[in-house]
Amino acid sequence: MDSYALLIAATLNAGTVLAITSLGLLINEKAGIVNLGAEGMMLCAAIAGFATVVHTGSDTLGFAAGLAAGALMAAIFGGLVIWLNTNQYATGLALSLFGAGFSAFAGIGYVQEKIPERPSFAVPYLSDIPLVGPALFRQHPLVYLTVAFVFALIWFLYRTRAGLILRSVGESPESAHALGYPVRWIRLGAVVVGGALCGLAGAYISIIYTPLWVEGMVSGKGWIALALTTFATWRPARVLLGAYLFGGVTMLQFHLQGVGVEVPSQFLSMLPYVATIVVLALISRNPRWIRINMPAAIGKPFYPGS
Amino acid sequence: MSRLKLEARPQPSQLWSYASPLLALVCTVIIGVILFALLGKDPLRGLQVFFWEPIKSGYALGELVVKATPLLLIALGLAVCFRSNVWNIGAEGQYILGAIAASGIALLADKTTGGWIVVPVLLAGVLGGMAWAGITALLRDRFNANEILVSLMLVYVAVQVLGYLVFGPWKDPHGYNFPQTQSFEAATRIPRLFTGSRVSIGLIFALVGVAGTWIFLFRTRAGFAQQVGGLAPAAARYAGFSSRRALWTALLISGGMAGLAGALEVAGPIGQLTPYVPAGYGFAAIIVAYVGRLHPVGMVFSAILMSMFYIGGELAQSRMGLPKSLTGVFQGLLLFTLLACDTLVNYRLRWMATHGGTK
Repeated sequence: MDSYALLIAATLNAGTVLAITSLGLLINEKAGIVNLGAEGMMLCAAIAGFATVVHTGSDTLGFAAGLAAGALMAAIFGGLVIWLNTNQYATGLALSLFGAGFSAFAGIGYVQEKIPERPSFAVPYLSDIPLVGPALFRQHPLVYLTVAFVFALIWFLYRTRAGLILRSVGESPESAHALGYPVRWIRLGAVVVGGALCGLAGAYISIIYTPLWVEGMVSGKGWIALALTTFATWRPARVLLGAYLFGGVTMLQFHLQGVGVEVPSQFLSMLPYVATIVVLALISRNPRWIRINMPAAIGKPFYPGS
Repeated sequence: MSRLKLEARPQPSQLWSYASPLLALVCTVIIGVILFALLGKDPLRGLQVFFWEPIKSGYALGELVVKATPLLLIALGLAVCFRSNVWNIGAEGQYILGAIAASGIALLADKTTGGWIVVPVLLAGVLGGMAWAGITALLRDRFNANEILVSLMLVYVAVQVLGYLVFGPWKDPHGYNFPQTQSFEAATRIPRLFTGSRVSIGLIFALVGVAGTWIFLFRTRAGFAQQVGGLAPAAARYAGFSSRRALWTALLISGGMAGLAGALEVAGPIGQLTPYVPAGYGFAAIIVAYVGRLHPVGMVFSAILMSMFYIGGELAQSRMGLPKSLTGVFQGLLLFTLLACDTLVNYRLRWMATHGGTK
């Protein structure tokens, strides 16, 4: 039974990375911007966070560095896409390609570096409950903060005026502009916040999830998170559930290996990617279902006054 | 007071659509020089390594062509995709499957096999790449699944399939447990064009590909229909051009080209299937396609440029003690600066005098 408790714990951990990233991308997409650069931002944030922890020993500074790296890259992306009207897909792709190259370049000196063992986290009392404790209550604080953030985001998007304005920018930028809202600045704000969250997730990977630096270590999580926003039909709570589901799939491979399932490891390693493809196909099968939920102006540029 | 303002051009500027890649290259070089200076390396030496060493001798030029060939082949297929508004970014996976399929045939050869085996080896590569791209087309066509995400996810799957084969059933039993197949029989090796250089008949395929893509895009009805669908889907529907047909055509062409590139590489310079077959050509080719303006002739130049970046990166590692990943940095920078410079194609920069009183 203990192995199941560990599987659940690992699932929450892996799911948190996907959830933070995907929530960031959700905020982008609610404002009408698709950023295919998530993978690149996460990689740069991962090395920025890891290097900061190596030099300062402070996790908090490491997370801050990751956050800043993501926000900075997103700001460049936003400037190009929002003001120079470059193609969102191409620019995001450029961000991912650049991020992969730059992180490998910047991280070359950190490949052998180690950071000290993280102290284990435990919620007082609750973590001592048999099974439930090890499964749920021995996680990094960010795991719980992510859950809280989902509720905060739901409240923000659907219960506040600012959230309504953000969504209006993604549904009908022309109307928002006509009402006098600074559409471009709102979009930039959403892009930077989204990038910061991707950065936070990237730093979480290299500081907590697998505390080391390896070239390309994000291994497609940014892309899976992009698929998750579609999977969740742009609803924050479904993003969180989807993230845990995919976190579970990622962890299942280790679990299956642990219990001695005779399948070549490569087939187990493909699971998250194959699952993403299958789920994407199933959820997209009904175009109307997607279209109803999708922000109407997603991926479309907006030029005021033209 | 005045401020810089973008003013839409009535028509896209022909001049800037050619000048923009050059300006982007200049910007990338300037950033590169600054980067070298920051790293405490001689920027002139850096420029020399990237732009002079790869062209300074016949042998060097040959190596330049060896790397430009797969980039060009893949980019030609991608240009058809991007012109049709089909976002295939998984060419790397199609390249890997091409290499795997070609290896499957090459491994069947023995000492007595004749040189004809090269034909099925290359065909297998093309079919392998097509099949992999076909998955993306099928899921887009039948299930409306986003081709960007599906094609990219399939890259990760392809890497695992490759890993399974070279660590498992195809591992060379006499290979000291290295994850690689046995070296292919000499008969399967792609014929070379010149002695003393690794340039193979792949170059001829690439050049025929340039001509073929040009004719397809600009001289056939099918190629025209393909691009109308990309530019104006509604107009294409009205004209009776099938968007499904365009989707399948684009993905099968680009998959086949990427697969061919994979086959030429694995049965050419590499000569066996190893986990190092994927070299990022599938991703770099996206940049080649854009920098070459999605034009077959333009992509010849951008493929050579990107090949210079590859060789320059390797030389920067061996000669200047800089990491090879510098290549990726410059490739990404080039695409970034290109996208920014492309603004000048559709807009002109104007200093607008803001008059007092009006905002």
